[in-house]
Amino acid sequence: MKCRKCGETAVLELRRHNAAFCAPDFLEFFRNQVREAIRKHRMFTRDETVLVAVSGGKDSLALWDVLIDEGYRTTGLYLDLGIFEYSVESKAKCEKFAAARGVPLIVSAVADEVGAPVPIIKDVTRRPPCSGCGLSKRYLMNRVALEHGMPVVATGHNLDDEAATLFGSVMHWQTDALPRQSPALPSTHAKLVRRVKPLYRLSERETAAFAFLRKIDYIVEECPFAKGATSITHKEILSRMEDASPGAKHNFLFGFLDRARPAFERAESVLLNECARCGQVTTGTICAFCKLADQVKRRVAS
Amino acid sequence: MKVILRNPRREVDVPGNRRVKDILRELDIIPETVLVICGDDLITADQVVRDGDTIELRPVMSGGSASGR
Repeated sequence: MKCRKCGETAVLELRRHNAAFCAPDFLEFFRNQVREAIRKHRMFTRDETVLVAVSGGKDSLALWDVLIDEGYRTTGLYLDLGIFEYSVESKAKCEKFAAARGVPLIVSAVADEVGAPVPIIKDVTRRPPCSGCGLSKRYLMNRVALEHGMPVVATGHNLDDEAATLFGSVMHWQTDALPRQSPALPSTHAKLVRRVKPLYRLSERETAAFAFLRKIDYIVEECPFAKGATSITHKEILSRMEDASPGAKHNFLFGFLDRARPAFERAESVLLNECARCGQVTTGTICAFCKLADQVKRRVAS
Repeated sequence: MKVILRNPRREVDVPGNRRVKDILRELDIIPETVLVICGDDLITADQVVRDGDTIELRPVMSGGSASGR
């Protein structure tokens, strides 16, 4: 198989683009897709500092690598979930990445903020581990960005992540979730920073290939709690569809963003308050994070 | 030839001198879900792998709470 651009031996075939690329041309293709995402959705400017949420995995480290190379001002945020050896290793990968590139990394431990690490939160709440984990991540990413005066958080969500989330929302017709699914969520309150996903145009396989070719040392092992997660099941279903019909995931997501999402945007805006406990944004009186922390601290104390 | 699989890490022996796509089909692995690594290189599905070669099929799928991915 030959590179579409230069005719050299290809290292990766992108069936949905009916193309294959050699390593240098693939890296350029990848960076162009990120540039296009940032440009199209005006995600951030070179005058702003971007807080890049990193997990030690391929997606977030590939994103950080591109943004650094593109000359953006970035700071990494690693949230230590306290998930045994997985967290120890993933934190080490992030620290090594940041040190090698001379970029700042903020480390925040979920256990310090919630009162216990994710494995205990899972037992206390009796909900899937990804539930308390996701809630804590969203809250802490926003709060850390605010505390450090950064107007935007960038995450490594890719095309597969976004298609799987959309698939899950549609399967349950979660019409309140559909308008919130976007590559770029604006700030709708003084205490909410923008949230952007510059990799949304790139598949999971493409981010993995980018990380490999850039020799990024990322954690290949899966989070031990992700086994059996619904999102994985949805990704498997979508991958089978993609295999049978290249471009299926892209068409599903981009068709939604271009044509269906506007229909789900609610005319009325949700009233946002500040949490009586922590001051962060909530639709109620006490935010979900404070409720979770209360629940965990009560159980741990007893 | 040897094939290294991950999560959990394990090795299997399969007949070589075949295209990558044929090996993936035999192992019931969707090409979209893995990188095919041979030495320090990525290889495409049409490439032939020799009997003495080792390839790694590195999964690309991650899941769970994707908020900080």
